[in-house]
Order: sequence, then C-alpha cells, then structure tokens
Amino acid sequence: MKRIKMKRRQPNRSRGGDIGVYLVLVLFASFMVIPLIFSVCQAFKPLDEIYKFPPTILVRNPTLDNFSDLFAIMGQSYVPFTRYIFNTVFITAVGTIGQLMVASMGAYVLAKYDFPGGRKFFTIITTALMFNGYVTSIPNYLIMAKIGWIDTYLAPIIPAFAAPMGLFLMKQFMEGIPDSLIEAAKIDGAKEWGIFTKIVMPNVKPAWLTLIIFSVQNLWNNQQSQYIYSENLKTLPYALQQITAGGVARAGAAAAVGLVLMIVPIGVFIFSESNILETMASSGIKE
Amino acid sequence: MGNILSLYFRKKKRDRQIAWKKAKMNKNCYLFILPYAVLFTLFYIVPITMSLVLSFTYYNVLEPPRVIGLTNYVNLILADEVFLTAVKNTFVLAGITGPIGYLASFLFAWLINELPRYLRAIAIVCFYAPSIAGSAFTIWQLIFSNDAYGWVNSILQWFGMEPKLWLSNPQYMLTVVIIVTLWMSLGTGFLAFVAGLQGVDRAQYEAGYVDGIKNRWQELWYITLPSMKPMLLFGAINTIASSFNVADVPEFLCGFPSTDYAVHTVVSHLKDYGINRFEMGYASAVATVLFLAMLLCNKLVQAILRRVGK
Repeated sequence: MKRIKMKRRQPNRSRGGDIGVYLVLVLFASFMVIPLIFSVCQAFKPLDEIYKFPPTILVRNPTLDNFSDLFAIMGQSYVPFTRYIFNTVFITAVGTIGQLMVASMGAYVLAKYDFPGGRKFFTIITTALMFNGYVTSIPNYLIMAKIGWIDTYLAPIIPAFAAPMGLFLMKQFMEGIPDSLIEAAKIDGAKEWGIFTKIVMPNVKPAWLTLIIFSVQNLWNNQQSQYIYSENLKTLPYALQQITAGGVARAGAAAAVGLVLMIVPIGVFIFSESNILETMASSGIKE
Repeated sequence: MGNILSLYFRKKKRDRQIAWKKAKMNKNCYLFILPYAVLFTLFYIVPITMSLVLSFTYYNVLEPPRVIGLTNYVNLILADEVFLTAVKNTFVLAGITGPIGYLASFLFAWLINELPRYLRAIAIVCFYAPSIAGSAFTIWQLIFSNDAYGWVNSILQWFGMEPKLWLSNPQYMLTVVIIVTLWMSLGTGFLAFVAGLQGVDRAQYEAGYVDGIKNRWQELWYITLPSMKPMLLFGAINTIASSFNVADVPEFLCGFPSTDYAVHTVVSHLKDYGINRFEMGYASAVATVLFLAMLLCNKLVQAILRRVGK
C-alpha cells in the first residue's frame, strides 16, 4: 500500500467537534483515574494517616515505610520470597507463550479455511466462554487428579493454553486478512506453516499483543490455590494475600501490596500498547 | 415412502462422503487445530458436560451423585425465593452495565483513535487502568465506606449532611454496585476495539470522503463499523459473559450475603450452594439456567449486530 500523505486536518472533522471530543475524554478519563490515584496514595501514607479522621484523600507526608515493612515481612517467609516471584513469572511466561501459539494455530485454520466440523467447533468455543467457571472447578479438579497434575506447575499452565477467549480474539482478527494474500503465497510455493508464521502472524500483530496483555493479567493475578498445596509452588498473589490478612497491624503493608502486584501487568500493558500503536503506520493490507 | 427414505439415506451417505473427501483435503487444518482441540476438550468441554449432567443429580461432593431428574430445576423456580431475587438483580445489573459498558467501550476506543499518537497512548492507559489490576476496585470500599472513614460520607458531613449507609442500605447498594461495575467496564472489549481500529484501512476513509461522506458519524456508520464487525462480535460476547457473571464486586463491597439480598446475584447464589453448602448438583442447575439466559442474550445481540452498517 502506498503511504497516504496526511493533510494537516483530516476530512470530515470540524473544529467544534474536536473540542467536544477532548472535553468528553478528559471528563471520563478523570472519572477512571482519580480513584486509582487514591489507591496509589494509600500505599505511601504513614499508618497514622491511613487511620486519620476526618480521612485525607491525598497523602500529606509520603513515606516508603509501607514498602520497607512489606520487604521485611517478605524476608521472614517460610520459603524464600524469590521462590514465589519465580513461580509467578514462570507460570505467567510459559502460559502466555503457550496460549499464543496454540490459540493462533487453531484460530488461523478456523478463520481462513472451510473444513468439515470447523464452524461447529468454533460455535462451541464461543459458547464455552459463557459457562460459569465455579461449577466446573470440581470436574476440573477430578480431571487434574486423574492425569496426576495436582500440585505441579502443569495444573495452572496447561489449561491456560486453551482459554476460549484467546482463540476467539485471534480468529476475529485473522478474518480480516484477505484470502488473496494467502493464495498468492501458496502460488509462490509457501508451505502452510510458512504462510502462518511469515504472513498471517505479522499481519495480526495488534491482536497477539492484545492477547499477551489479557493472558499476563489473567495468569499473574491467578492464585490457582485449588490445585497446588506445596508451599514452594505457590504464587506471589497468594503469598501477598497472606501478608494482607494480618489486619490493622499490616494495613500499611497491605496498601503497598496492591501497588507491587500491579507493576508487572502495567509494564506489559504499556509495552504492548505502544507496539500496537506503532504498527499502525505500517499496516494496511488490501484486497 | 420407502423410496423417499432410501433417497434421503443416499443423500446423507453422499454428504458424508463429500465431507470425508473435504476433510482429507484439509488434513493440514486438523493438524493445526489439534493441540487446541485436545486441550479444549479436556479442560473445557468435559468439565462443562460433567456439570450439565450433575445438574440433574443430588451431589454433595462427598457421596457419589444420585440422579434426581428435574428436581433441582423445579426447586429453583418454585421453592427458592432468594434465587428469584438474584435473577432480578442480575438482570438489572447486566441490563444496565452490559449495554452501557459495551457502547462506552466502543465510543471511547473510537474517540481515542482520533487523538495524536502520544495523547492516544496516555488516554488508553487512563481508560484501561481500572481493569488492569484485578483488585483495583477495592478502593471503592474505602470511598463508600459506611463509617466516618468513608470519603463520600466524610464529604457529606463536611457539608453538614447526614452520612449514609451506602453499602448496607438496600436503597443505595445496587446503585453503588452499578457505578463501580461501569467504572470497570472498559476491559477486554475496549482493548480489542483499540487494536481493531488500528487495522482499518486508511484509504477507505479517503475513498469515503470522495464518495460524499460528510461527517464523522456517517464515516463511523458506513466505514468504521462494517470493518470492525469481527471485533464488535468479540466485544459483545465478552460483555455478555462478564455482565451476567458479576459477583466479585457486589460481594466485596456489600458483603456476602448482602443486606436483604439487595445485590445478591445469580453467581453469588451459585457460589453459596456450591462452595458453602456443598450442594454441587443444585449449583450446577443454577449455572445451567444462567448459561441458557446468556445464550438467548447472545442470539439477540448477534441479530442486532447483523444490521450494523446497513
């Protein structure tokens, strides 16, 4: 595609409309962000300020005590705290990469080929998305026990590969790739696998970057406590939850926990989103 | 008659042969989908089928399930008043937060897409921030807290007004839960829309301008929406799934069970029976009813989406 030179103002846009859009966006963005600023402030409040009356919303004397408290408590844990961190990072990384591969491969053929059973299978996937997870937890446990995955890393990781949402997302985006592009590659002698890795995947980069965000967020916060009982396989959210269960004495540390847990998902989110916005300039495949 | 039947079976047989030939031609397709299909069957289809079957049994987790036919469903509808309250609350919550959240997700994704690059990045972070950390909504408990430490109450007192029991007076509870749910509603669908809008071919807009599209609303209806259809469907199904499955927010804010069951949802009810009372058969029946309601809603939404851009 030829790069179209952008005019300074896009057609079909009025100045009044633009100002209106900015006003609406600023108004709602503040509604979204202000409560979060409160919760970030909470993490930097000294204990006397957390329980002050009347309550203060913003922090007066910011302190890092909550964080040093948190790290001190971490140092006393039964297994070294780095172990929890390793477990969470490992589960999140393997689960995300696996889901990306397994779901993309399935999504590719569902989106681009009409083969017997394909459409029916896809309907089942989107239907499964709506079934409530609580009631399936006991059948799931029985299956895990049957194949002997209880209390191993496999229990939280492998089912994440097949999460219906990932395949659904990839399939919807792959539908936008023109068939002619795939046929042209075939005529040029590309193998199915080559088409998938060299043509389809680069063209749906925004989709898999978005999938990474969802998957990381999901696995990072997931405790999976029902499948794992060995202390040295437990995850960070679980360990931190134990700390916050300490009540008033740990109110400060508890406020810090929330912030510490958010760092990685937010980092992944910002990294992925900035890449998604970057792909815009180079995208634009046409029939 | 026999003639028609034999014709019918011959046609069936031929269809099967064609399907088999097609399947053989598409060998690669099955290889590609095999890993997903195996895992999905094992960890999704089998457990869901098992719970559907369990809904016709009495199953207390300790003893083997005992088939009791439709008793669970009959009890659910005729003998369980709390369930009816839960259904009412869930429909009110899903009916308000679902459509508003869905439309807002698209609207904001679309408006943000117009911004210059760096502003766009900041805006996406701002709007998605409430969903990024699963526990971010816990701050609302502090904001609406019943006691004098609650910020809303503290502000009310400052103006000389009576503080209110936001989280335990049935008059306000549902409203608070709706506000918080809406606050979190720019989630999965929103990000899919943001990513989808990046893929809309710019040249189409130029062409549309030449063809006489006059303002941004026409552009939205005739160009943007039709090319976003796959993402619109994705967003819709996700919205249905999340808005009917609401339970964490009301349970955290208003307690479990909530005063007068004012924000008791179907999923809360299901958890109550499945986790607290060990009545898995009954809980499965609740899940099945919820599932059917969502499927119906899904059909409706798909019918609406088919009309987009026409």
